Amino acid sequence: MTVHNLYIFDRNGSCLFYNEWNRKKQAGISKDEEFKLMYGMLFSIRSFVSKMSPLDMKEGFLSFQTSKYRLHYYETPSGLRFVMNTDLSVPNARDTLQHIYSNLYVEYIVKNPVCVLGQSLDSELFSSRLDSYIRSLPYYSPRAA
Amino acid sequence: MVIFSVYVVNKAGGLIYQYDNYVPRAEAEKTFSYPLDLVLKHHDEKVVVSFGQRDGIRVGHAVLSINGVDVLGKNTADGKDTLEYLKDPSNYPVSIRFGRARLSSNEKLMLASMFHSLFAIGSQLSPDVGSSGIEMLETDVFKLHCFQTLTGQCELFDQNLKGALEIAEKAGNFGAGS
Repeated sequence: MTVHNLYIFDRNGSCLFYNEWNRKKQAGISKDEEFKLMYGMLFSIRSFVSKMSPLDMKEGFLSFQTSKYRLHYYETPSGLRFVMNTDLSVPNARDTLQHIYSNLYVEYIVKNPVCVLGQSLDSELFSSRLDSYIRSLPYYSPRAA
Repeated sequence: MVIFSVYVVNKAGGLIYQYDNYVPRAEAEKTFSYPLDLVLKHHDEKVVVSFGQRDGIRVGHAVLSINGVDVLGKNTADGKDTLEYLKDPSNYPVSIRFGRARLSSNEKLMLASMFHSLFAIGSQLSPDVGSSGIEMLETDVFKLHCFQTLTGQCELFDQNLKGALEIAEKAGNFGAGS
């Protein structure tokens, strides 16, 4: 039971926010490259899924899992993308990502006139609230993992 | 619950087998008067709805037939451009059938190789050591399960596949309409 890391991308693909909590393996490339790779993968998955789908979709892509981790994806209608990696014991983190958007991003970034939208989030209030929210999640416990 | 389709991809990302088990029909036919209350556009040699949803017609649906005659890609059956045809008020009223466009075999090859790289990136971006590629991908209408063999090859696939599908459907978890 653990949360590995969290990415926030804007609609243009720039990474607004990244933090990691319990990450055992780095990608072996610079963070900048990793964000591009991650965004590119999500972009391709979105296009892949919309073509592959036998029916019309509402939410579209929700999550994928490998043998070791699960990636949870939440996209707002304005194109903001929240990506969280957890281990396999977390079945659904959609509410968590929605909470981060509506109760943290909107409250501390959108309602803060000093934060320029579309640039990386350097609000300390947002980072610390997010960190304590993630740490308070029932499935956040790096020791057990 | 139903199995939609099966794809077998070789280790170079090439599609070596594909089988559509169940393709749901999501089509809507409607008679329109001029001007059209949908916004249409060209996309991948097809004419698709880009804006305006009504009566079961959704954004992304392609024009399948006009006045009961199937269209050929982005042209009508007699070779005229569909968008030009629909711009002409003298052709109205017109009956158009819309639906999700079927994947062409070329598109299936493209999707297979696309998944091949997604699978690899999924493993590279893993936050944990020793991760495989994507094993299960989930959307609100379908789940994609992927199993990678050690070699990327499969023998006697065709015979075993049909049997496996029958067993899976008899097991009650799958099967059209259940």
